[in-house]
Amino acid sequence: MTRGVAYLAFILTLAILTASLMAAGAAKSVDVSEKQQLVKALGITDLSLFSEARYTRHPSQADLFAPFQDFPGALEHFPTGSMIPPNPIGFSSRIRIQQLPGN
Amino acid sequence: MVRQLKTLEYTLSSLMRRKSKNLSLVVVYAFTIATLGSVLFLTHALKVEATSSLTEAPALTIQKISAGRHELIPTDHVATIEKLPGVKSVTPRVWGYYYDSLIKANLTLSGISSYREKLELLNGRLPLGPGECAIGKGVAQAFGPAIGDNLVLEDSGKETTTFKITGVFQAESNLLTNDLVVLQEATLRDFFSMDQSLATDLIVEIHNQREIKVLAKKIKYLLPDTRPITRDEIIHTYDSLFNWRSGMMLAVAIAALIAFCILAWDKATGISATEKQEIGILKAIGWETADVLSVKFWEGLVISLTSFILGTLAAWVHVFIFDAPGLIPLLKGWSVLFPKFQLTPAVDFYQLFVLAFLTIVPYLGCTIIPAWKTAVTDPEHVMRG
Repeated sequence: MTRGVAYLAFILTLAILTASLMAAGAAKSVDVSEKQQLVKALGITDLSLFSEARYTRHPSQADLFAPFQDFPGALEHFPTGSMIPPNPIGFSSRIRIQQLPGN
Repeated sequence: MVRQLKTLEYTLSSLMRRKSKNLSLVVVYAFTIATLGSVLFLTHALKVEATSSLTEAPALTIQKISAGRHELIPTDHVATIEKLPGVKSVTPRVWGYYYDSLIKANLTLSGISSYREKLELLNGRLPLGPGECAIGKGVAQAFGPAIGDNLVLEDSGKETTTFKITGVFQAESNLLTNDLVVLQEATLRDFFSMDQSLATDLIVEIHNQREIKVLAKKIKYLLPDTRPITRDEIIHTYDSLFNWRSGMMLAVAIAALIAFCILAWDKATGISATEKQEIGILKAIGWETADVLSVKFWEGLVISLTSFILGTLAAWVHVFIFDAPGLIPLLKGWSVLFPKFQLTPAVDFYQLFVLAFLTIVPYLGCTIIPAWKTAVTDPEHVMRG
């Protein structure tokens, strides 16, 4: 039964190692107050991750309903543009249809 | 217990007989899990990073919309919004972009008016005069300047303007300030030739945070050509952007899942002649079907559990120790100034459990079902092939 016990010991060690790495990472208290101070001072609204186009640099501020910013439904030009879901915020306009009598 | 341990012993011996095949299976299986795990870890860590930092983002950002697009907003609107009960302050903001055609990098130019406190994540200080600026680490690395050097930019009239660098943001703030050039608001207004009566947008601070949505509705009602963006909506944008079920990350996850399905399908469509013969022999020497299934269960569990743990460990090391070199190109796209960042390890155990369930259970099923079909067949028939 040596092989079985050895395997169980190996898998258990591996599981404990993985779990402790994750637990150590989760327990690591990160002070975000410095970043929050920066955000407050500079009025930052977005992460500076994708600087290839204005609507990818500031996805929360962009009019995302117009990909490629040329016309609605245009093919996406920038690779990261395809990562950002078209979820424009702050818009409340609706299309309404009035059906006329007799039509 | 002893019986199960002996079954495990037999299973391991059986797996060792086909050492190279099973080892390559574990490698491919672990690689698939590592890919899926990396996507989960990276997107979750970025989401945590964004949502924790952006809790101090402006309560309301008011943009003007003209012909369905963002336009410069008249500063007259400040007075209209300030009159609303509950509004603490309204600040016109000036910011924009600057494209450098040499290295093809986009910079974000941002104006500040009267912030005097020391920023913890800034080496040096914020600009105090018209000819000064503070820059992000990415800008400093791309162009090579240091504090005290000059940054020369061409304004909208193609005139060169020189700014003395008074501060460089620290690497810890890269995710927020990498491509940033901070100038005095009046300086930036001159640089962009922006009229005094206009601003890029307005920032509204509110006394009671529970009134943000109500005030956004009121502003939209009073100024129908505006688009109010609440802090919650900003956070929600990043929540949905780094949702592992959306965008390109989903494409990576789907590719890895398809690879896993091919692996499982190969297993499910039948077992090899040698394995069939082995089951036939076991049955012929008196093993029960339950014993054969128990061996196959352990076989599936040994392979899938080992691969899952190895894959998860590899994903954690890939994302949090090596900073996800395999996935960063997907995020980077064509960005020239892409921040170098060290993510804080954050793991969503629910997602990890789902990943374990979606990979271990189907594999176990794919191992046991064909073995059961063989085990219930007449041993003589199985051994004769």
